Amino acid sequence: MANVLQTSFLPSTSSLRRRSISGSKGKSQSLQVKAKIREIFMPALSSTMTEGKIVSWMKSEGDKLSKGESVVVVESDKADMDVESFHEGFLAAIMVEEGGVAPVGSAIALLAETEDEIAEAKAKSQSSSNSTPQVVEEKPKQIEEAAPDVPAAAAAPSVPVAKAVTLGSAVHPASEGGKRIVASPYAKKLAKELKVDLGTVVGSGPLGRIVAKDVEAAAVAVPVAASPAKPDPVAPGIELGTVVPFTTMQGAVSRNMVESLSVPTFRVGYTITTNALDALYKKIKSKGVTMTALLAKATALALVQHPVVNSCCRDGNSFTYNSSINIAVAVAIDGGLITPVLQDADKVDIYTLSRKWKELVDKARAKQLQPHEYNTGTFTLSNLGMFGVDRFDAILPPGTGAIMAVGASQPSVVASMDGRIGMKNQMQVNVTADHRVIYGADLAAFLQTLAKIVEDPKDLTF
Amino acid sequence: MHSTLSFSQATTVPTTNYAFHSQSPINLRFCGLRREAFGISILTRSSSGRVRLSTRGRSKRTSASTGNNGTPPKSFDYDLIIIGAGVGGHGAALHAVEKGLKTAIIEGDVVGGTCVNRGCVPSKALLAVSGRMRELQSEHHMKALGLQVSAAGYDRQGVADHANNLASKIRSNLTNSMKALGVDILTGFGTIVGPQKVKYGKVGFTDNVVTAKDIIIATGSVPFVPKGIEVDGKTVITSDHALKLEFVPDWIAIVGSGYIGLEFSDVYTALGSEVTFIEALDQLMPGFDPEISKLAQRVLINPRKIDYHTGVFATKITPARDGKPVIVELTDAKTKEHKDTLEVDAALIATGRAPFTYGLGLENINVVTQRGFVPVDERMRVIDANGNLVPHLYCIGDANGKMMLAHAASAQGISVVKQVTGRDHVLNHLSVPAACFTHPEISMVGLTEPQAREKAEKEGFEISVAKTSFKANTKALAENEGEGLAKLIYRPDNGEILGVHIFGLHAADLIHEASNAVALGTRIQDIRFAVHAHPTLSEVLDELFKSAKVKAPASTSSPISEPVAA
Repeated sequence: MANVLQTSFLPSTSSLRRRSISGSKGKSQSLQVKAKIREIFMPALSSTMTEGKIVSWMKSEGDKLSKGESVVVVESDKADMDVESFHEGFLAAIMVEEGGVAPVGSAIALLAETEDEIAEAKAKSQSSSNSTPQVVEEKPKQIEEAAPDVPAAAAAPSVPVAKAVTLGSAVHPASEGGKRIVASPYAKKLAKELKVDLGTVVGSGPLGRIVAKDVEAAAVAVPVAASPAKPDPVAPGIELGTVVPFTTMQGAVSRNMVESLSVPTFRVGYTITTNALDALYKKIKSKGVTMTALLAKATALALVQHPVVNSCCRDGNSFTYNSSINIAVAVAIDGGLITPVLQDADKVDIYTLSRKWKELVDKARAKQLQPHEYNTGTFTLSNLGMFGVDRFDAILPPGTGAIMAVGASQPSVVASMDGRIGMKNQMQVNVTADHRVIYGADLAAFLQTLAKIVEDPKDLTF
Repeated sequence: MHSTLSFSQATTVPTTNYAFHSQSPINLRFCGLRREAFGISILTRSSSGRVRLSTRGRSKRTSASTGNNGTPPKSFDYDLIIIGAGVGGHGAALHAVEKGLKTAIIEGDVVGGTCVNRGCVPSKALLAVSGRMRELQSEHHMKALGLQVSAAGYDRQGVADHANNLASKIRSNLTNSMKALGVDILTGFGTIVGPQKVKYGKVGFTDNVVTAKDIIIATGSVPFVPKGIEVDGKTVITSDHALKLEFVPDWIAIVGSGYIGLEFSDVYTALGSEVTFIEALDQLMPGFDPEISKLAQRVLINPRKIDYHTGVFATKITPARDGKPVIVELTDAKTKEHKDTLEVDAALIATGRAPFTYGLGLENINVVTQRGFVPVDERMRVIDANGNLVPHLYCIGDANGKMMLAHAASAQGISVVKQVTGRDHVLNHLSVPAACFTHPEISMVGLTEPQAREKAEKEGFEISVAKTSFKANTKALAENEGEGLAKLIYRPDNGEILGVHIFGLHAADLIHEASNAVALGTRIQDIRFAVHAHPTLSEVLDELFKSAKVKAPASTSSPISEPVAA
């Protein structure tokens, strides 16, 4: 058994004790006066210890503690020790989960004197956990952590979630109508870590078993699908001077954006003349064709000739050549961003594609997109042309190889080869790509092909 | 070149469940994968094995009718006959020749037994691969060392060949060493037909009867498979099959979390499998010191792609067939109620090992096995049904179940040879080390802390525990492998070492300083001043001994206090 440390939560080294107490005095004292909620601190288990890792909590939230009872096992730079409670009470809130690291003297849990104070302590831990950046978590924090902070989360239309449940692992022959979930050990571990409900995950492993990658996909998808519909946001709805936690969708976006930092990207731009495309658009607009569908189609046709631009790098060691060309198109929705996917955009005709797009956008607005409708993209389009933006640069979504930022098509004065000056509609596109799989020459060739298709768009309607 | 360590597992018995608790402090609950000497290799042909056994039974009757079984022969063909050429038999044979005995060894299968062919040896080859894979795959670890490695991959057949080649090599070394010394290797399955008389022969050939002054049974063990489990050798397998590494399943259930299960979980997870442990007891790794198993679980189980069910029996396992996966029925160990069903790609049965003693002809000398084990006294002398010693008959190794480890069998064999050559000897099993070759390794000698506390209470002495961490060891930190713990359980009054447990880098090699001290009766106050080279991992033990608080003064005759060089 680990050394039982009689000194309990309070740091035992005198210098540290002084520091930590004075550091937290204000907070905890005011609390103690009101509610007798004590903070449990990361103890200093050795003279050289600056931070400690929580090995395991021996008690869980709500458990009663008696004085001298072991509560938590802490790993220091030397050894593991059981840490005992100095006070009687209830373990109200655990602020640093197992596996988490906290500096000596920082609060790792709250101890409530009576059962009634547990809720209060919990509320406190939530507010303080948002403002205690020094609590370093070993693993990326889960997105849902913020969920309780989002008001109306529960009351919000939970339609997408319910849908996802029915989608669940019911396909598994042995799952007895979804009662039993068959998931691999790592998938289970990941689900716990990422707080994904396995019941909502579709298994892609042998016999429909849920495997790790299914959980990973669901972790990205679920928060988006389940994000609550907020009342129509009015710009003045933002209260200045406040800190508003991310919604789950915003959290997911944030995570994805940060994740993309680990990808070595580069950018290649191109100016494409769109007179012919504009003319075509005018001609078939009445048939319900949208510009987005035309751009997606053109891009897909160009990708057919350059499969490497449609590939991605999953593990850092290999090319993953996608079998289908699925164009994801970024759409801004209230308080977030989603990328509905036009599947097999190279094969589907422009009219069907346009109808499909309309359907996807409607679903996205209603927050009813199914996971496969927003997370299966192999190439992403982002168009800010409608706002008059003439050029911008996009961040590569993780799991894909390239994203193309499309600017507005604007009349420009162009000097032609024969020495004349004329007017042409031109738009700038800028592709951000993962240089591990897609090289400069690949993008250049792809853009050249795309320009040819756009400038001579007869193939778009075939 | 003997196989040193073994992997093994909570001792098990065919009749009772695989989770029995042993009370005796000596009975360490693990067993070496070792040789089985009569050599029916259960893994390859268990059914034909049964045929052979019945053949043996019949011929036994024939010889019984000849009627001269009851009287020992006057002159003998050999001084010593050993039935079973595993590591135990081999160790005994070598020592016997050294002592000038005319020795024969009977082997019905391949020389080397379980350890060399289906146990410690090939598993070490697989673990060598898994250790390297683990290192190469650990980006974090590599980065911390400043190394850059591109994708680590493996070729399954290449790995399997390495294990097989190693086994062949060690097998031929073993065979050659015996031949070179003049040990007669008799081929066939040995059966005791009467006092000092053994019959051997292959199926379909005439049996030969040989006599010897003394006989050692060293027939070893086979994987134990609880009832309800159907082993098909493809998707439901024992260690025998797993060591051939015919496939690497995506998801494998390992029944039993002792040495064998743990080592295989290390191999499989390094090669990309996910593992589910099924353990009948409430805790994983039940055979180890609780503190060690707690730490080991944190390092070897929790961060890996492993989950587990404890307190459950795998009551029924059906191999994959007709497009269905392997189905494992779990039953609560206490309530006996159905608890869960698992569907996996493969299941490895690592519930321990059962003695291989059936068909030995023990009934001819009135010996009744206990759960298959041959009953012996502390000198490995076989005890008959009436509780009397059977003269000139000994049993060593897994077959007696005292300590199912290859090197324990060898030590027992040497002990027997000492006795038959006129020197009384009792092996101190508490000085026999054991190791589990996970990454990092686990090793131990002597008692666990609970066993020591029980003994202390019974005998009325005090015990103390000292611990040191690998985190403070320079060499371990240089290797970036600071995870680990060494633990010493000792008597503060006289400095006696009761147990040492190590979890950490190269723990299996480090234990011998402690096991030698136990074997030689060296006290802590004497060993603590021995010098260790710096920086080495052995300083973990140095620090451990130094941190112990012993009241007794160092003995004056301590060898290290004498000048070493002139």
